[in-house]
Amino acid sequence: MITLGDYLIVSGILFVIGFAGVMLRRNLIIILMSLELMLNAANLSLVAFSRFRVDSNGLPNYNAQVFVFFIITVAAAEVAVGLAILVALYRARQTTDVKDISSLKF
Amino acid sequence: MNSFLPWVILLTPLSSAVVITLFTLRWKAISSLISVAAVLVSFACSCLIFARPGIAAAEFTWINIGGALRVPLGFTLDQLSKTMLLVVTGVGATIHIYSLGYMRDDEGKSRYFAALSLFMFAMLGIVLANNFVMLFIFWELVGFTSYVLIGHWFFRDAAAAAANKAFITTRIGDFGFMIGILMIWMATGSIVFSEVTPRMPALASHPTFVTITALLIFCGAVGKSAQFPLHVWLPDAMEGPTPISALIHAATMVAAGVYMLVRVAFVIQASQTALLVVAWIGTITAAMAALIATQQNDIKRILAYSTLSQLGYMVMAVGLASNDAAMFHLFTHAFFKALLFLAAGSIIVMLHHEQNIWKMGGLSRRLPITFATFAVGALALIGCPPFSGFFSKDAILALAYERNMPIFIVGLFTAFLTAFYVVRLLVIVFFGDTRSEAARQSKESPPVMTGPLIVLAILAALGGFGFFARNFLALPIEKEGAFVVPVLAFGALIVGSGLAIAIYRNRANEPIDIEVLRHKFYFDEFYARLITWTQELLARVSAFFDRWIIDTGAVDGSSRGTWAIGALLRLVQVGNLQAYVFLFGLGVIAVIYFAVFR
Repeated sequence: MITLGDYLIVSGILFVIGFAGVMLRRNLIIILMSLELMLNAANLSLVAFSRFRVDSNGLPNYNAQVFVFFIITVAAAEVAVGLAILVALYRARQTTDVKDISSLKF
Repeated sequence: MNSFLPWVILLTPLSSAVVITLFTLRWKAISSLISVAAVLVSFACSCLIFARPGIAAAEFTWINIGGALRVPLGFTLDQLSKTMLLVVTGVGATIHIYSLGYMRDDEGKSRYFAALSLFMFAMLGIVLANNFVMLFIFWELVGFTSYVLIGHWFFRDAAAAAANKAFITTRIGDFGFMIGILMIWMATGSIVFSEVTPRMPALASHPTFVTITALLIFCGAVGKSAQFPLHVWLPDAMEGPTPISALIHAATMVAAGVYMLVRVAFVIQASQTALLVVAWIGTITAAMAALIATQQNDIKRILAYSTLSQLGYMVMAVGLASNDAAMFHLFTHAFFKALLFLAAGSIIVMLHHEQNIWKMGGLSRRLPITFATFAVGALALIGCPPFSGFFSKDAILALAYERNMPIFIVGLFTAFLTAFYVVRLLVIVFFGDTRSEAARQSKESPPVMTGPLIVLAILAALGGFGFFARNFLALPIEKEGAFVVPVLAFGALIVGSGLAIAIYRNRANEPIDIEVLRHKFYFDEFYARLITWTQELLARVSAFFDRWIIDTGAVDGSSRGTWAIGALLRLVQVGNLQAYVFLFGLGVIAVIYFAVFR
């Protein structure tokens, strides 16, 4: 029997992998992908919560699932904007390495 | 009906002032007649009240804050206030009539009479008030009318400055007065005289508190009655028209301080220390003003200093715990000093506003009525036996002889000085050669001015006799030892007058020159320095505060603080995207930790 805890553990692992990717990888495309991973970790936990919260007439609570749709939509938009910035950056600097983008500093 | 008689006395001058100000400013003759009619109505009603004992006034409650502070609008009608009413309205009436002549051609005649009526209203308010708050309000109102009337000829710089000086100097004393009233209210919970009186003995266990309260209330009298060290405004107040000097700055308003002290004697007499201070302030004022008067050349200023000196006598009597002696001298002084000022005014007008006594001379032949009445006033002032001043001054000196020897000696010396400077004035102004063209061409004043002079001269001559004094006041019975006092006083009088005649007979200019007296003991210079110095100090302190606390601390400080915090925070901006993510992660963990686990 798969319990809520199992889902949450998977979600946590996904989130940590995503966060580690954002922190450690140099390539901006990979960082963007890792961000998506973190978002989907959150989605997973929300869906799991929804599935396991059943009210008196046997139906799950759909609020969280609706919320997940919103997150997916926003994530798609965010990816579009992020990739567009990436393309523009690459055109300007011929690089996608995060080490090379450090002019905004004291 | 009877109970409204005091209200009629009080409100008639007020309505006169209002009517003149609102409607008849353009018609000078009507304005002056309204004002004179108003004061005559007040005088008639005062006589009625005086003649019929047992009139009580209607009383209204003006302010009532939960019983804690109750301010009624009510009147005190005892022997003291009734007599004072007569004096104020009587002298006021003669001076109103005299003003008709003196201010005949003045541009601001309506303004003058409106202010004069307002003054009568305020002064009668002081006399009638039955509580401290009412007294204080009317007290300030006389201060204001005094300001307006001193500055009547405001286009002269000296008059405008003198008006300011009078107002500001008396404010200093009034501030103390106000604090004193608040202390009385705090201690006894009432501001009505008749309610405070029985509660005073309960305060006997706090002698320091009582002394401070009494001295603060005395402050008001020091300002208004121009006692040392706030006396400087009174001589300058002579810039106003002469009838004003007679009415406000000699007969009534400056005497209001003494009247107030007598009215609240239950406070002053509760503290021996306060009494002693009051007595000595009066003595110092009396002697100092008399000394200064011996070296002045302006006829009105000499009279102003003699007013100071006589007020000093009254305050001395209050300090010696004899209200009756003080009030007796107040009454006689009101008559003879008003007389002296009006006579001086008559001289000044006839000599085309010449006030320097060395430009007069020989006027006894040119202005016989003025001379005769002035001489009566002068004799009363120096305390020559048959005249009123003798009796009242003698009463005060006898009191001092009995209770405080040093004060008696200074008082006697002052009596000698008084005789000296008054006879000096008489000799220079009325005898010898005429020393200016204006004096040679002068002639007697019109009857509207000499009439009041004659009335006042009769009062000044007879005002001291027993029927006058003992009907109104309970004077202390003369002791056997006090026989010495009149003899000594008369001796001082003879010596002083003799000396003055010997020195000043047939002189054309001042034979004695005492710098320090001519400069009035350098009081004005001292105050000017003191004020400059305090102002300088205050300015420096404020400049320091502004420059270092406001500018450097608050204004520059906030900009520098913002800059410094910014400088610190920009160290965080390392430019490495992943470092930001790391810090952000740490922050999220910290938030979760504090939100969930604490």
